[in-house]
Amino acid sequence: MARRDYLIGKMGISLLTLLFVLLLDFMLFRVLPGDPVRAVIGRNVRISADVQNSLRAQFGLDKPIFPDQFVDTLGQWARGNLGVSWSQRRPVSEILISKLWNTLLLIGLGQLFSIIFGVMLGLLAGWKRKTPFDIGALTFSLIAWATPTFWLGIILLVAGSAWFGLPTGGIVSPANIGKPLHTVLPDLIRHLILPTLTFTILYLGEYMLIMRSSILETLSEDYILTARAKGMSNFQVLMRHGLRNAMLPMVTIIALNLGFTVSGAIYIETVFSYDGLGNLVQTALVKQDYPLLQGAFLLLAVSVIVANMLADFLYTYLDPRVKAN
Amino acid sequence: MNEKPLLRVRGLTTEFATSEGAVARALEDVSFDVLPGKTVGLVGESGSGKTTTLMALMRLLPASGRITKGKVWFNDTNLLALSEHEMRDYRWKSMAIVFQGAMNALNPVMKVGDQIREAILLHDLMDRSAAEKRVRDLLEMVGIAPARRDQYPHQYSGGMRQRAMIAMALACAPDILFADEPTTALDVMIQAQILQLLKEIQKALGLAVVIVTHDLGVVAEVCDEVVVLYGGKVAEYGSVDRIYNHAQHPYTQRLLESFPDINNPSETLASIPGTPPRLTQLPPGCRFEPRCHVKINRCAEVSPPLLEVEPGHYVACILREGKEANFQ
Repeated sequence: MARRDYLIGKMGISLLTLLFVLLLDFMLFRVLPGDPVRAVIGRNVRISADVQNSLRAQFGLDKPIFPDQFVDTLGQWARGNLGVSWSQRRPVSEILISKLWNTLLLIGLGQLFSIIFGVMLGLLAGWKRKTPFDIGALTFSLIAWATPTFWLGIILLVAGSAWFGLPTGGIVSPANIGKPLHTVLPDLIRHLILPTLTFTILYLGEYMLIMRSSILETLSEDYILTARAKGMSNFQVLMRHGLRNAMLPMVTIIALNLGFTVSGAIYIETVFSYDGLGNLVQTALVKQDYPLLQGAFLLLAVSVIVANMLADFLYTYLDPRVKAN
Repeated sequence: MNEKPLLRVRGLTTEFATSEGAVARALEDVSFDVLPGKTVGLVGESGSGKTTTLMALMRLLPASGRITKGKVWFNDTNLLALSEHEMRDYRWKSMAIVFQGAMNALNPVMKVGDQIREAILLHDLMDRSAAEKRVRDLLEMVGIAPARRDQYPHQYSGGMRQRAMIAMALACAPDILFADEPTTALDVMIQAQILQLLKEIQKALGLAVVIVTHDLGVVAEVCDEVVVLYGGKVAEYGSVDRIYNHAQHPYTQRLLESFPDINNPSETLASIPGTPPRLTQLPPGCRFEPRCHVKINRCAEVSPPLLEVEPGHYVACILREGKEANFQ
């Protein structure tokens, strides 16, 4: 079947990409300045060269980088061992997983709202082209898209906390830390409002602009004229023939965005002291915690690859022509 | 003309706003009749207003265009006086259209059968299962295996897409079928098949057809009456016999000479020197005057009225004699 062949091909490409990313991730932290052993033992402590060398041997750093260290690392990664964080002295995988859910929650909500509102705004603006609504939505989107993440975060933080008494940071209030999730849900939601809003506004602009141009292009197609000639109302034409065709470029953009989304999360989580991956990456960077950074990069890269695969898969349902090629 | 026309187009005039801010008169004072079961051909060069006429009749002009004058009587209803909502009832149910080549006229992400069924269900003509049966019947009628209703347009060949488009146009059993260059973009064998199909269907269903084409061979083959458009105005209008054998307008005469004759293949093809008028800068007199080979001084000053030179044969040329046309 054509769809299966197509998907197998795409998976092959994904696997190749993954291998390349693993290599890059591995190499990146080998060429960075700094000595892992020194980082472990600390800078100001005097330790004999013998002890340092035995530590190197223990970490496997005495072996050549290629192929020994790389193969060794791949094997460890495959078993889920991403190493031990230098700053926290805990397994990297454990740290990542503990932060992953918080970030997924934030990204998920932010993306969900920005996609829904961005698509709706773009669709309406394109449909009502050159009306005050279109011009207003266009202006808003351009400003939202051009706004620096951290700046918008800070402004919303100030405004939200001063005028609406919303919390300025964290995921739950200090008193609620460690309590079961369902008991602190209202508190959690209050904490999520500002970061989610920042997220939504930032991505809404981009989605709106792309959806608008996509629907404008679609509405100029011949089959739209056919649909109107059939006696459909403009709204029916828009929903039945315009939306699906116009959504095709959106799927690609959304999938690609998932990667950038995480970098966006670094700013937002830092501004709102939100305890997620973005914040973790920032802290790890400041502390030069290479194993933690390496693990985080790996996770981000894999999630981008998976998101792209999902998009390819979705495409086979949205656009029948994809299967033919 | 003892039979009552199905469609009476009277003084149809459209204006387009161009990007330079000028107004283009794409159509001016276009009048003709469509009789039940007959075929009218709209002929002319590119930009002469053929397609604009069809779009205006269905009230599907692009946003930059509008109908400024005229009436379109469908039976006893003036379509131009209807609200957009009322007009939607007439589209596809009374008048359907087959677009050029049908390359992109079908939605690429929708199954062909679903696109046909959509038209039937939209007008509440029958329930879902009856509509489904009709889709299959229609496909069979145009020579497509009903099993292919679940395929997408890209899985069809160009000729099949055009057949599917025709099947779709027939879905709601319209009284009039508009065909906008239905055979352009198809190769010659397929062109002949599609024309044959149109003729068969017209005969079987008693459809009135308005066909837009620049191919005079097509006109000779399928049309009963011909409207020759030049620069958005009717140059000549009459039966296919009158137009082909007794053309009165210099433009029509030149147009016919520029068409190859299979009986005299050695004859060199005539072309008409000059270019069609720009619709934003129309000459004050006859629109064909700058290119005309028989013009007199007055042609540049007076816009020629449409004259009835023979019963049912109209010519817009001051060099001909006849009484001024007065359409009912």
